[in-house]
Amino acid sequence: MNAGTGTVRLLVGKVGLDGHDRGAKIIARALRDAGFEVIYTGLHQTPEMVVATALQEDVDGIGLSILSGAHNTIFPKITRLLREQGGSDIVVFGGGIVPDEDVAGLLQAGVKAIFTPGTTTRQVIDWVKAEVKPRRRG
Amino acid sequence: MRKGGAKAATVRRGTRRDWEERTLKDVLARRPERLPAFTTVSGAPVERLYTFEDLDGWDPLEKLGFPGEPPYTRGVHPTMYRGRVWTMRQFAGFGSAEDTNRRFRYLLDHGQTGLSTAFDLPTLMGRDSDDPMAEGEVGREGVAIDTLADMEALFRDIPLGRVSTSMTINAPAAVLLAMYLAVAERQGVPLESLEGTLQNDILKEYIAQKEWIFPPAPSLRIITDLMAFCTARVPKWNTISISGYHIREAGSTAVQELAFTLADGIGYVQAGIDAGLEVDAFTPRLSFFFNAHNDFFEEIAKLRAARRMGATIMRERFGATDPRAWRLRTHVQTAGCSLTAQQPHNNVVRVTLQALAAVLGGTQSLHTNALDETLALPTEDSARLALRTQQIIAEESGVANTIDPLAGSYFVESLTDRMEAEAWDYIRRIDAMGGIVKAIEQGFPQREIAEASYRYQRQVDEGEKTVVGVNRYAEGDSAKVPLLRIGPEVERVQLEGLGRVRATRDAARHARALRDLQAVARSRDNLMPAILGAVKAYASVGEICEALRQIFGVYREGTVPL
Repeated sequence: MNAGTGTVRLLVGKVGLDGHDRGAKIIARALRDAGFEVIYTGLHQTPEMVVATALQEDVDGIGLSILSGAHNTIFPKITRLLREQGGSDIVVFGGGIVPDEDVAGLLQAGVKAIFTPGTTTRQVIDWVKAEVKPRRRG
Repeated sequence: MRKGGAKAATVRRGTRRDWEERTLKDVLARRPERLPAFTTVSGAPVERLYTFEDLDGWDPLEKLGFPGEPPYTRGVHPTMYRGRVWTMRQFAGFGSAEDTNRRFRYLLDHGQTGLSTAFDLPTLMGRDSDDPMAEGEVGREGVAIDTLADMEALFRDIPLGRVSTSMTINAPAAVLLAMYLAVAERQGVPLESLEGTLQNDILKEYIAQKEWIFPPAPSLRIITDLMAFCTARVPKWNTISISGYHIREAGSTAVQELAFTLADGIGYVQAGIDAGLEVDAFTPRLSFFFNAHNDFFEEIAKLRAARRMGATIMRERFGATDPRAWRLRTHVQTAGCSLTAQQPHNNVVRVTLQALAAVLGGTQSLHTNALDETLALPTEDSARLALRTQQIIAEESGVANTIDPLAGSYFVESLTDRMEAEAWDYIRRIDAMGGIVKAIEQGFPQREIAEASYRYQRQVDEGEKTVVGVNRYAEGDSAKVPLLRIGPEVERVQLEGLGRVRATRDAARHARALRDLQAVARSRDNLMPAILGAVKAYASVGEICEALRQIFGVYREGTVPL
């Protein structure tokens, strides 16, 4: 636990119709084993549902796994909804089947990092440790 | 002189133990082996050496038999690939029906012998392209099919009486089959002559791929209705392709893939029998679909064990008497999850080895993945290279010239026996839970797979398992390969097309067909004729599935074990 600031809370989610949850579950478990508080949404969430859960659960970061090719639609929608609903300081990151040339656009839309195939769980954990901080104090 | 005499004196006799003492020990003392223990990609132990001692008491007539005879370890056909090589069936589908129709005709022109249709996620989930949940997913992972109009475009100028078509569709399988039958009728092709395969395997969806709609009981009712309908009307159609592929892709071991797939098969046969079908009538049309992963011998052994187990299950457990019911026929696809985004050309080599394992394992049909499939759907060029890979194995390598060439190998037979024994253990555990549906409801296969998947990822992360180009021999920047792009216009065009069908179809007929369907769903009558009526009235996949959702309800996954 980070002294005085609490544990980082993360939401790991699957959005849309995509059922490929192997990666999401591995990442959720690895992050939990690394000491983070992790909530896994389960499958078939809408962007609205993910954002509502994230705000309700007071998370510090949202990690989304998308293997359906819908990343260019889903990520920007989530970052927009977060901005509209007062969650713009929640860090959004993701992974899945995302071609290199789509990454820049997603970063521009407010996604903090995209992890593409071949990323180790250790790299994700280290990145989260460095980049996601508890939002609230006290 | 006695030529053999001097030679015989130098032959070293004895057991493996003697050899270890006599020859091995000193060498090991001087130079240890590369690893303290060797394992397959699934984590199963691999010994240093397999000898005749491993097959002590092993009876080749019992364990192998002959090709085309029980227990079919050596293959389901008496001549295997000497008669005809496996069907080269490349999975294809993207964008609109017109896009995929062009790809189909391209593949047929390049020597492919069967079609295999990939549908997009909304179609797979029984949702129309204009459903809010479909946003961003139309035509991305496969072809978008909303109504019969799309299906007509998909198979335009393809004579359905002369190709065999596989359709990878599960929860809404009955709807897509009905559309295919309607297109065939319009082409004037008698249903009795249609050949093809429907994946239609909902149990593995609950276990692994997660593309479900209805709860297990109504899902199995739809499936048994479809089996009954096809047995009577479309007798050459393979009604379920019982799939281990997705179980493996979800991270299972090879033994788990084998065990859970056969357990699913047991579930379908039992459901058919419970619905009053004659075991010898419908089970010859059940087929299988396995993964071909990286570990070469493990994959070969898995396919051989599957055939032997399938024959045992059908003969001993279900008392089938028709030999066609005993034969486990299978399609194989190389492992998508084994492909790497890094150094993508390495994938060609992986696919070649995996395909070779599938062939040496005796598959009936094969899909080889394209090198770019970890990044996107394949381009025309990468799809052609994947097909050429199979053609080289079939026509240049010589491996198709004799049947089951690895039979009798101490290692392969030991591995086959061990995988079979471990898979039977799983099946016994599942039986003890009350069958596969109960096991799924308890989350048993899901938990076993999640454990295996996490264990493997840790091994890769720790470098215990090598992935060339990723955790060894990595380079900074990878070679770029051109990718197939599916533009946003696909979604727009698809929505316009769906809108046109909705505006021009006979509204009264459409409404009546959906009402009829719901009435049948509430009764115990066979659903297929009503589904056919609905698709011919141009009801969409989403509308038909929604009508059934209102009667059957929807499946909700229990707490997901992490």
